[in-house]
Amino acid sequence: MSEPGPAADAGLSPSATTPVLAPAHARRLLAEMLLVRRFEERAAECYTEGRIRGFLHLGVGQEATAVGGTAALEPEDRLVAAYREHAHALLRGVPPAVVMAEMFGRSAGCCRGRGGSMHLIDAQRRFYGGYAIVGGGMPLAVGLALADRLEQRPHVTACFFGDGAVAEGAFHECLNLAALWRLPVLFFCENNLYAMGTALGRHQAMPLIHRKAAGYGIEGMVVDGMDVLAVEAATRLAVELVRGTGMPVLIEARTYRFRAHSMYDPDRYRDKDEVARWKTRDPLVTFPRRLRDWGLLDDESLRELDAAATAAVEQAVAEAEASPPEPAAELFRDLVGEPIRQPAGALS
Amino acid sequence: MTYREAVREALREALHADPRVVLIGEDVGRYGGAYACSLGLLEEFGPDRIRDTPLSENAFLGAGIGSAVAGLRPIVEIMTINFALLALDQLVNNAATLRHMSAGQLSVPLVVRMASGAGRQLAAQHSHSLEVWFAHVPGLKVLAPATVSDARHMLAAALADPDPVIICEHALLYATEGEVEPAAGFDPWRAAVRRAGDDLTIVTSGGSLPKCLAAAEQLAAEGIAAEVIDLRCLRPLDLDAVAASVATTGRLVTVDEGWRTCGLAAEITAAIAERSFGDLVAPPARVCTAEVPIPYARQLEEAALPSVAGIVAAARRLVVPATAEEAPA
Ligand SMILES: Cc1ncc(C[n+]2csc(CCOP(=O)(O)OP(=O)(O)O)c2C)c(N)n1
Ligand SMILES: [Mg+2]
Repeated sequence: MSEPGPAADAGLSPSATTPVLAPAHARRLLAEMLLVRRFEERAAECYTEGRIRGFLHLGVGQEATAVGGTAALEPEDRLVAAYREHAHALLRGVPPAVVMAEMFGRSAGCCRGRGGSMHLIDAQRRFYGGYAIVGGGMPLAVGLALADRLEQRPHVTACFFGDGAVAEGAFHECLNLAALWRLPVLFFCENNLYAMGTALGRHQAMPLIHRKAAGYGIEGMVVDGMDVLAVEAATRLAVELVRGTGMPVLIEARTYRFRAHSMYDPDRYRDKDEVARWKTRDPLVTFPRRLRDWGLLDDESLRELDAAATAAVEQAVAEAEASPPEPAAELFRDLVGEPIRQPAGALS
Repeated sequence: MTYREAVREALREALHADPRVVLIGEDVGRYGGAYACSLGLLEEFGPDRIRDTPLSENAFLGAGIGSAVAGLRPIVEIMTINFALLALDQLVNNAATLRHMSAGQLSVPLVVRMASGAGRQLAAQHSHSLEVWFAHVPGLKVLAPATVSDARHMLAAALADPDPVIICEHALLYATEGEVEPAAGFDPWRAAVRRAGDDLTIVTSGGSLPKCLAAAEQLAAEGIAAEVIDLRCLRPLDLDAVAASVATTGRLVTVDEGWRTCGLAAEITAAIAERSFGDLVAPPARVCTAEVPIPYARQLEEAALPSVAGIVAAARRLVVPATAEEAPA
């Protein structure tokens, strides 16, 4: 699994499903990838400076997967992610300053500094977190979808997880349960070919993750996760299927993380050449190149987009820095809630 | 040597000593262990004995149980105690029960190692101290090495035990340095007096020991002589050692990084109240982690965890009024 795997065995040709590409849409996808990349690069710097602590997992290299995967969702759809989730939070519209403030341990953070990088949550934006137990968010996604099904709401719950999570019981239990109960969950595997230091082929007996859908009687798809258009197209198809049939779908995007697993990881387990080969497929290089070839982008507008992303991130750092640390006196805040009054006739 | 090196040396020694010993866990091989405890062991012992696993805690812990029943001497590493919750079923329902439930036909000579504890701003899903969950269960034994020497020797003692033994290593201890004492006469099942004193007894374990020793040092400067007892083994508890100390000091402070409610400190306090009621001259005190999921931000995490200042204050409250009473009017 060490070779870059374009959509060769995708069973789904990106070109066949790529929507007509409006220039504005292309620019939006690129702007989002740039924002995520610049945000994470800056977060890494802040980590080195000691402003961010704990575990910091960066998705540098995986932007096309996150951007394409979220582009196909409606604002009302729900999203559950794992701990490598800065991109998903930003793409659901959580302001960069709010994410940064969370990682700085400030009151302006989305969880008032209680969660940090791994536990970003913004319920208003229907971003449900942020889970650091591998596979830990998956049952929650099934439950969100169950509520939508019972309340006859048209939403899809997108559940993002890594290839490592496929080995957890939760993955199999959740695919089965969601299929059995006919729940609108999009199971989205961001397959970056490694679970920490363990390569896919060393943790999966049958490493074609999308095929595992068959065991639960649901649709499985695979897509080149380094191609933002392919990911968006495939995800659109999958989301339409989920919304149309009410059944879960499993989609696997093959991608790669360019940096170590976390800032703690000495990255001793993979070959530098392998990393270098994947970097030639960097979506922040290949996508602008394609857009340029198609006449949808010139160097000047690329520079502008990049500068805008960088400026937004700088602004976020400044705002986060200016917000006060969450006071220790607030330690016991939000431990128990107000009594809930059940609305009459709910679910009846 | 460091605590981490001590763990690694102990693993290497065990693998050399007995061909039935295998190390099973996530990233123990190629990666070298999440805390680098098994770095180099894959190269030395090969992939049959140093077994990287998928993220399937309940399955590989259960496989450890089965292989122990069938004659191997597995050491299962669970990356952190938080993830051990995904293996709780196998640990509690199988490992702990099989000897008794089978009327002695089966035994499970399994060792499970895991990192525990907070202090690195890893937030609520990577920071908890759940040792007492295991210590609650008959059929399990629980060790908590607090010193480099204990980290070096406890593994062999655990492997020599015919029943499942869980070793909880506090993550903040891995980088600490210390002396390794000779193995002769090593007994991990007994508590150790880490500092002698006769004004009060501070009982603790694992990652809280350094804090308690620092507190005892401060108290000494104020003229209060604290005895610091390191439990070392959380099940079975060496209550004799605690009671013997309380017989001299009459005062007990228990320090635990777990939560207070139904926790380790609650058990120590209750047990001493039952058996040493007459020795106590002051109500026992507990210093535990605040009853919140451990938060990320540094100032919040620090506020949640037992601190040296908090231990000193608790000790002072027990000793100072009593001293005032004893002093001539
Ligand atoms: C239940 C559980 N076991 C182990 C870990 C430690 N751990 C954190 S991330 C990780 C690798 C997960 O890989 P994958 O699901 O592929 O996600 P990626 O990091 O590649 O995004 C491991 C082993 C954990 N957080 N939770
Ligand atoms: Mg992965």
